[in-house]
Amino acid sequence: MPQNGLKKEPLDVQKIRKDFPILSRKVHGQPLVYLDNAATTQKPLPLICALTTYYQLNNANVHRGVHTLSEEATAQMEEARGKVAKFIGAEDPATVIFTRNTTESINLVAFSWARKNLKEGDEILLTEMEHHSNLVPWQLAAKAVGAKLRFIPVTGHEGLLDLSQVSKLLTDKTKLVAITHMSNALGTINPVKELAKAAHAAGALILVDGAQSVPHLPVRVKDLDCDFLAFSAHKMLGPTGVGVLWARREILEAMDPFLGGGDMISQVWKDHATWNELPYKFEAGTPNITGAIAFGVAIDYLEEIGMEKIRAHEMELAGYALTALKDNFPRMVLYGPADVALRGGVVSFNLPGVHPHDVGTIVDQDGVAIRVGHHCCQVLMKKFDIAGTARASFYIYNEPREVDALIRSLQKVERLFKAPASLPVP
Amino acid sequence: MTDIDDLYRDVILDHFRNPRNHGRVTDPQISVEGVNPFCGDQIQLTAKVQEGRILDICVEGKGCSISQSSASMMTEALKGRTLARSQELVGQFKRMMLGNASGEDLPEELEDLAALEGVKKYPVRVKCALLAWNTVLEGISEFEKNGTSVVKQHTEE
Repeated sequence: MPQNGLKKEPLDVQKIRKDFPILSRKVHGQPLVYLDNAATTQKPLPLICALTTYYQLNNANVHRGVHTLSEEATAQMEEARGKVAKFIGAEDPATVIFTRNTTESINLVAFSWARKNLKEGDEILLTEMEHHSNLVPWQLAAKAVGAKLRFIPVTGHEGLLDLSQVSKLLTDKTKLVAITHMSNALGTINPVKELAKAAHAAGALILVDGAQSVPHLPVRVKDLDCDFLAFSAHKMLGPTGVGVLWARREILEAMDPFLGGGDMISQVWKDHATWNELPYKFEAGTPNITGAIAFGVAIDYLEEIGMEKIRAHEMELAGYALTALKDNFPRMVLYGPADVALRGGVVSFNLPGVHPHDVGTIVDQDGVAIRVGHHCCQVLMKKFDIAGTARASFYIYNEPREVDALIRSLQKVERLFKAPASLPVP
Repeated sequence: MTDIDDLYRDVILDHFRNPRNHGRVTDPQISVEGVNPFCGDQIQLTAKVQEGRILDICVEGKGCSISQSSASMMTEALKGRTLARSQELVGQFKRMMLGNASGEDLPEELEDLAALEGVKKYPVRVKCALLAWNTVLEGISEFEKNGTSVVKQHTEE
């Protein structure tokens, strides 16, 4: 994990905030404190402008028309694909497939790769901290072919993987390791590079769920040496409805298509068809052209700031939040690694005796947006025997004073739930 | 009173901290597990029914203050009532939470439940308040259909 960013000059958060019009709105009469970035991030003006400009000046379908607008749209979309490839250190833009979101990217692999390459008795190795999107597609695929799912355990509230189990779990039956790079519920950053090495040594491929890591850390597919990488645009300033699957070319070449339809074919007869080249083989139908182009603009925005700086900024915020929460709420249960070098800008917690939904409702009244619940990680919640957690997650525009606002609001939660005598009589 | 104080009234927090009729009745005629998958609220409702009357009713479970206090207040309201009257009361409570009826329209037996009217301002939380009531309703109607003990699951949708 590159940490030299810490030494560099910090982000100009005030300048960044000016690019996000939504940050100046009020919620329940209070300035919005948006701490739900692991769910989706806010959008900067350049991206909003790119969306409207496209519809005002460029709108056309791609890869079909011979007219100018269509050629322009195609060129713009392919330029965006190139930006995505460069952003994740992929040499070949044709290995970047646009999907709807991370979930669809993983399902694409589960349908087009796993169902073809897995057989009865084979195993898929996951972890106990996977989001449902990197679990349920494998349950479906495993059921279809008679394969088994195995899980690397999570150690406890510290939220680290028990890597001592890997050598036992990773066998010649393992055909795929599918693992989150950074947990959306705990913030844990997993050692995917080491796991990729172990997976390959065992003859398995590795899929990395990058939904939480690609937006927040420098991620290079070559460096990780992974086989598949899935992530979503909307968690990194981009629009909703655009996701990415990157995979090694030879794997994609050998895979069957996922969805059939226009654009993914080369030639079609009454009873069969041949497939288009990569990446179009996996992009049936009219894609989210505007979304992909705007995603390119979001990537430009992130690159201009620099991913190492972003990582350093979030480490600082996570450290500040962890310390402030511990100092102000000695009884609070915190989830995820204590060491900020091992975690992203995600802080998950519970106040004893208070259900996370009550926490969420109360802080929302103060304009503080956090996520409460199981975070689509019911396996992890069951392991911890909790209904859910409250989660604050940060991005480039968040500041320490917003952590302070969360703390003030949580103090209200504690007052309300601890000291009934002090409450006004209804 | 701020909106939050209006939502988390003393009576609600009191029932949350000290739930009434907590636990399970022995040899229940009605036993229903109610779950709200959206937020993980879960209750186990058991009731003893004799000659069309709820002799005893208990709830245990886990979840937010709204779901658990609503369940506790419900057991107080329904204990000793006939099944027919209980169904009416459930209907009246639901009309307050989902319809135009206000807390003032509630009958005497449901007086305390007016405290939950504040939940109406938080649409996602209304389900929490309704969980116990829909759970008991399902148990009663199933019991009336079968006439014998019922064990069921209710999922809040």
